[in-house]
Amino acid sequence: MTKKHTVRVDVNGTTYEREVEPRLTLADFLRHELHLGGTHVGCEHGICGACTILIDGRSARSCLTLAVQADGAQITTVEGLRNRETGHLHPIQQAFVDAHGQQCGFCTPGFLMTTLELLEHNPSPSEEEIRSSASKAHRW
Amino acid sequence: MKPASFDYYSPASADEAVALLQKFEDDGVDAKIVAGGQSLMPMLAMRVARPEALIDLRRAVGLDHIGENNGVIAVGAMASKSAAEESPLIRAKQPLFHAATRLVGHRQIRNRGSVGGSFAHADPASEYPAVALVLGMEMKVLGPSGPRLIPADEFFVTYMTTSMESTEILTEVRMPALPAGTGWAIQEFARRNGDLALAGVALTLPVAGGKCGDVRIAAFGVNATAVRLTIAEEALRGQPADQTSFARAAAAGAQALEEPMTCLHASAEYRRHLVQTLTARCLAEAAGRSGH
Repeated sequence: MTKKHTVRVDVNGTTYEREVEPRLTLADFLRHELHLGGTHVGCEHGICGACTILIDGRSARSCLTLAVQADGAQITTVEGLRNRETGHLHPIQQAFVDAHGQQCGFCTPGFLMTTLELLEHNPSPSEEEIRSSASKAHRW
Repeated sequence: MKPASFDYYSPASADEAVALLQKFEDDGVDAKIVAGGQSLMPMLAMRVARPEALIDLRRAVGLDHIGENNGVIAVGAMASKSAAEESPLIRAKQPLFHAATRLVGHRQIRNRGSVGGSFAHADPASEYPAVALVLGMEMKVLGPSGPRLIPADEFFVTYMTTSMESTEILTEVRMPALPAGTGWAIQEFARRNGDLALAGVALTLPVAGGKCGDVRIAAFGVNATAVRLTIAEEALRGQPADQTSFARAAAAGAQALEEPMTCLHASAEYRRHLVQTLTARCLAEAAGRSGH
């Protein structure tokens, strides 16, 4: 049995600590250890983008990061978008609703997190910038 | 799609990482270095790679610098591709490396992926090895007996294979600033934005008095490593920097390629055709940037 490692992370403002096997991906850590099922897992090798989250404010594929590599990180997942006090959707979520931007909805968490980073760095991106940031296999 | 079990180490320095590699080498343990992990993680998930020990460089201090010393730009192996992309120094002084960085994967990959990882991974379809050949870059590696510099043309051996010893790690890549009067270009053809290229071309084109100087051209995604198109380079030297010379050189360079790779998406013949087209386009684009 491989030695387990302690992983301590801040996810959406809450600190969690778990003992995990090194081979556990951050996506599976979020879903199975922390029971945050909003981060979806599609291809599990970095292509589809459904599992995109923010690690220290930067978008990343949570399937291409080990949980042990995220020790000490600040993580934002789709669960962190809704306003906890008012219960209102994040403006990006509301815009997806208003524009029917979900399609089947499976990869929507990845799109929301990607859009969040894009708009934080570039509040009025061009169509080309939006297309190149989106980078999902099965859309656009 | 889950990695097989492995032991995990995150040493605090490059020296410690090398000591671990040496220990595992002595003990017959299959150990692998992970930097950003954006190429290794899919290989672990698909179990193409099944190391017994993973040595993560993320805590190793002093490997993520980006700076300039005496006209040489040095990038720490653990600097992220996004850091390289956002570096004003690289954008201003080595625009070819900057443009190549923007072609790597997607933003999400560049945020995590390291600069050094793409060199050490040595994927034949990767942009950086071709740029390394064009710019005459040097790789600084650290082993049990200390650091050494390996020139780019001795670094890439074949598919996914470099001339680093199994107990060495890449710590820094070095490149010259782009000289004035030198045009540059990098173009690739991929099915989708962010995919590995089916073929690509990078080059620098010095122009003086309307004539081509010491042109350097490399193709990637075509053979087992990135390759210099020396026939095309020689065909251009001293010739007018115009469409006629560019078309002739591109054709000669593509014709002289070793038999290109074939895959589901592109035959050898198609890759050769891409190299010819991309070389001609890159030469025209570079000429426009040469200041002449």
